[in-house]
Amino acid sequence: MNNTDTKLMKPDSSMGKLVKHLLRDRLAMVGLLLVILITGSAILAPVIVPHNPNKMNVHYRLKGPSIEHWLGTDQLGRDVFSRVIVGSRIALKVALISIGIAGGLGLVLGMLAGFGSKKLDSILIILFDTIRSFPTIMFALAVVTLFGPSLNTIILVVIITSIPVYGRIVRAQTQALRHNDFILAEKAMGAGKMRILGVHILPNVIGPLLIIASMDIPVVVTIEAGLSFLGLGVRPPTASWGSILNDGYAFIRNSPWLVIAGGAPLILTTLGFTFFGEALRDIFDPKLKQEVV
Amino acid sequence: MNHDMQPQTRSKKPVLSIKELSVDFKTERGLLQALRRISIDIPSQQIVGLVGESGCGKSTVINSILKLLPNNALIKNGRIELQGEDVLTMSQAQLRATRGKRVSVIFQDPMTSLNPALSIGRQMTNIQYRDQLSKSEKRQRAADMLTRVGIPDAEKRLRSYPHQFSGGMLQRIAIAMALLMQPALLIADEPTTALDATLQIQIIELLKTLQKEFRCSVLFVSHHLGLVADFCDQVVVMYAGEIVESGSVRDIFHRGSHPYTKRLLECDPARIKTKTRVLPTIPGSIPDLVNLSDSCIFNDRCLIKQNNCPQTVAPLMELTTGHFVRCYLNQEGESE
Repeated sequence: MNNTDTKLMKPDSSMGKLVKHLLRDRLAMVGLLLVILITGSAILAPVIVPHNPNKMNVHYRLKGPSIEHWLGTDQLGRDVFSRVIVGSRIALKVALISIGIAGGLGLVLGMLAGFGSKKLDSILIILFDTIRSFPTIMFALAVVTLFGPSLNTIILVVIITSIPVYGRIVRAQTQALRHNDFILAEKAMGAGKMRILGVHILPNVIGPLLIIASMDIPVVVTIEAGLSFLGLGVRPPTASWGSILNDGYAFIRNSPWLVIAGGAPLILTTLGFTFFGEALRDIFDPKLKQEVV
Repeated sequence: MNHDMQPQTRSKKPVLSIKELSVDFKTERGLLQALRRISIDIPSQQIVGLVGESGCGKSTVINSILKLLPNNALIKNGRIELQGEDVLTMSQAQLRATRGKRVSVIFQDPMTSLNPALSIGRQMTNIQYRDQLSKSEKRQRAADMLTRVGIPDAEKRLRSYPHQFSGGMLQRIAIAMALLMQPALLIADEPTTALDATLQIQIIELLKTLQKEFRCSVLFVSHHLGLVADFCDQVVVMYAGEIVESGSVRDIFHRGSHPYTKRLLECDPARIKTKTRVLPTIPGSIPDLVNLSDSCIFNDRCLIKQNNCPQTVAPLMELTTGHFVRCYLNQEGESE
């Protein structure tokens, strides 16, 4: 056989690529560390909190950071550090549940829109665009008025407003794929519609979707914090980064650590997941793909 | 129907027999008559070449055989018999059972005809989903097939993804996938167009060997006349949705009788003996298939047309046994 025909590249796993990329890209490394830190504290929250986050102590109101209370105490004498740690649970819970459900539904609806009949496509697109035409916060206000403020309300709002985003992305990908030669080849090989969708389209659209979803985590965390700040999210005394911010906001002059304690984790989460998501995109986006030596 | 429309030998029962197939496309301008009364027989274990310029309906023929026509296509009339069964009346389930198993296709561009997100092994075991075999048996079968098409280290290569192979290798893999289910008919849709010249020969040689080994029939679609002459037993020449000439390779290449066939052969760079700065072309372009006139389809571009050519489409006339031509000028007997 001649040489051009046997020229091959070494197969490498995507896990290997990920590790190599992270070692080279410092920003991605920082992102990964932050992601580990935040998810770690969320998972281990009950073990690592030094104090009961909801236990009030009026004698220790608005005390500055100390060895006993790393981030000081709030106006009710609660340990802010413990509240921040517990708040990461709420933040990630909302983000993971709502993005998970919205991503799943968006994936299914998007593939149906992209691969199904023209009629189904138009119906779904009109539906997506209608939902997207509401500003998220306005929509959230309406839903909160209807169902009352709670964690579930936030999750519901995020799910409804994100399905169209994911649905549109998946639809565009599916449409681009459906006229590809390999889909025709699969049809010619006797694959039915469900088989083509499940076996051939799905693995091609899931990568981009996961990347977008991972970059959406900070967005959802911010939405949750924002709604909780406005008093439309979790009910007191449950700690959320938004409610910590809200508590501290009244005392910003004399006790700035409260606002910092509520704001810093939001910034770190946003940076961490964005850096990490960008690294993921660099690795898996075929257009930016570069061979790792 | 016209009994003058039965090309090729009828001694053996053909694997595929297309009879009087007419396909229209609904377009904004009106009905586009993509195929008109196409009849092709592919005898068992024979290689039939289908040649013609772009847009002459070659792909429509393939898509009709697989019944994978676009939604705006309208099969006006005709039958496509695959081993005696009419493909056009099959249910969706029957079609799925047919595609890949009894007919399979090798596409033009191997770079795009494989799923980039799945490993070769996954794809090759996937297409065996109709068989009740264990996963390892399916993998073994895939590996054996890869070895047979000349891919070294097949076991290992099953884990590779399409982008890790070169074009020639990918076409070999595509051939392996097409033959995996041992189809009775293999359709090769310009399988070498996307490859460079040395690879073309290799792939054709491989196809030749495998065709003998698997005893399948092949429909070889190409506009590379040299490859067709080298590879095929019979040739069908299409022009603007009609068969203008069909016969054995010798009939077409040595005794080509339709003016289109003759001009086509004259335009083959490999057959031009004298040095020339300008490659010959056939002046004019294919007629508008929406507003077809009743006259001969090649009328506008024909160099030897006579004033006494009847203003109707010529029937296919048999010159010698198995050699059919759709031209009035052969009535006087131009054959040698």
